[in-house]
Amino acid sequence: MEITTRSLWTLIHGMGFGALYLLAGSGAIVALYRRYSTGAPSQTGTSGDRFLGIYLAVMAALAWLTVLTGTYIIYPWYRATPPKGTVDLGAYPRSLLLSHPTTSQWHSIGMEWKEHVAWLVPIAITAAAVVVIRYARDLRKHSQLRSALLGFIVISLFAAGIAGFFGAMLDKYAPVEGGQTIHLAQGE
Amino acid sequence: MSIQSDNTQDISTVIPNGSGAAAILSAGIGSFAVAFFAIAADKSAWVKNLFAFYKPTGALSGETTVAVLFWLAAWAVLSWRWRKRTVSLRPVNVVALGLLVLSLLLTFPPIGDLF
Repeated sequence: MEITTRSLWTLIHGMGFGALYLLAGSGAIVALYRRYSTGAPSQTGTSGDRFLGIYLAVMAALAWLTVLTGTYIIYPWYRATPPKGTVDLGAYPRSLLLSHPTTSQWHSIGMEWKEHVAWLVPIAITAAAVVVIRYARDLRKHSQLRSALLGFIVISLFAAGIAGFFGAMLDKYAPVEGGQTIHLAQGE
Repeated sequence: MSIQSDNTQDISTVIPNGSGAAAILSAGIGSFAVAFFAIAADKSAWVKNLFAFYKPTGALSGETTVAVLFWLAAWAVLSWRWRKRTVSLRPVNVVALGLLVLSLLLTFPPIGDLF
């Protein structure tokens, strides 16, 4: 059982940071709704506000790690130009996708959308985290700020979902492979 | 009497919504900047080359770096102006969420290609 370093980075980027963000997103919506809805129990204290602030800050960190690893570590491998005359395009995912009409749209729509829409996520969630940390318990008195926060979290989750979906599909049709091989276990 | 006193104290300790509004609106502006610079780089070879800050990543490095700087600058300016103020949040929310949704649509290549 082995894995290449490029596959490992793809896993860290998508299954690690990205998937964790998606999982945390739905939790944030529920937490925000339960904490600040009109029927929320009044005994919810400052520790709960602090927890929500930290939770969103961790989500923001995950979002930044996802886009930074994607843009600066994996994307250069994905878009590398093959030397002239290369027949096996397996190590050049972008060129591999564009070489066939049945897969070219995965790049020209999927990757082109993913690489940009993903950057909306850290911007939106960082703003949400800062507002929750800044206002903490006072957020109860700012219903319109809470509505904006909910909107930002929902849209950031939707944008992350688009990026995640296309990331998974691109990895299915043209996986980023190569680099050193890491042996995880020896077969019998 | 005591109820009135409690209410007065409650209102006086409310943090003005200005810094929250600044964070919300600047995030909308930053998101729109991502979409705007992506379209600009797609339409102009000159802009595309200009944005290739990090060659292996190409124009994406510059588009996103400049958009993030744009966002942080907008945030700093709005925070400085609004930090002690209570602003009307409804128009701020409409513009910020509108910009965020617009960015989502404009980054979709078939829509971005219309420009």
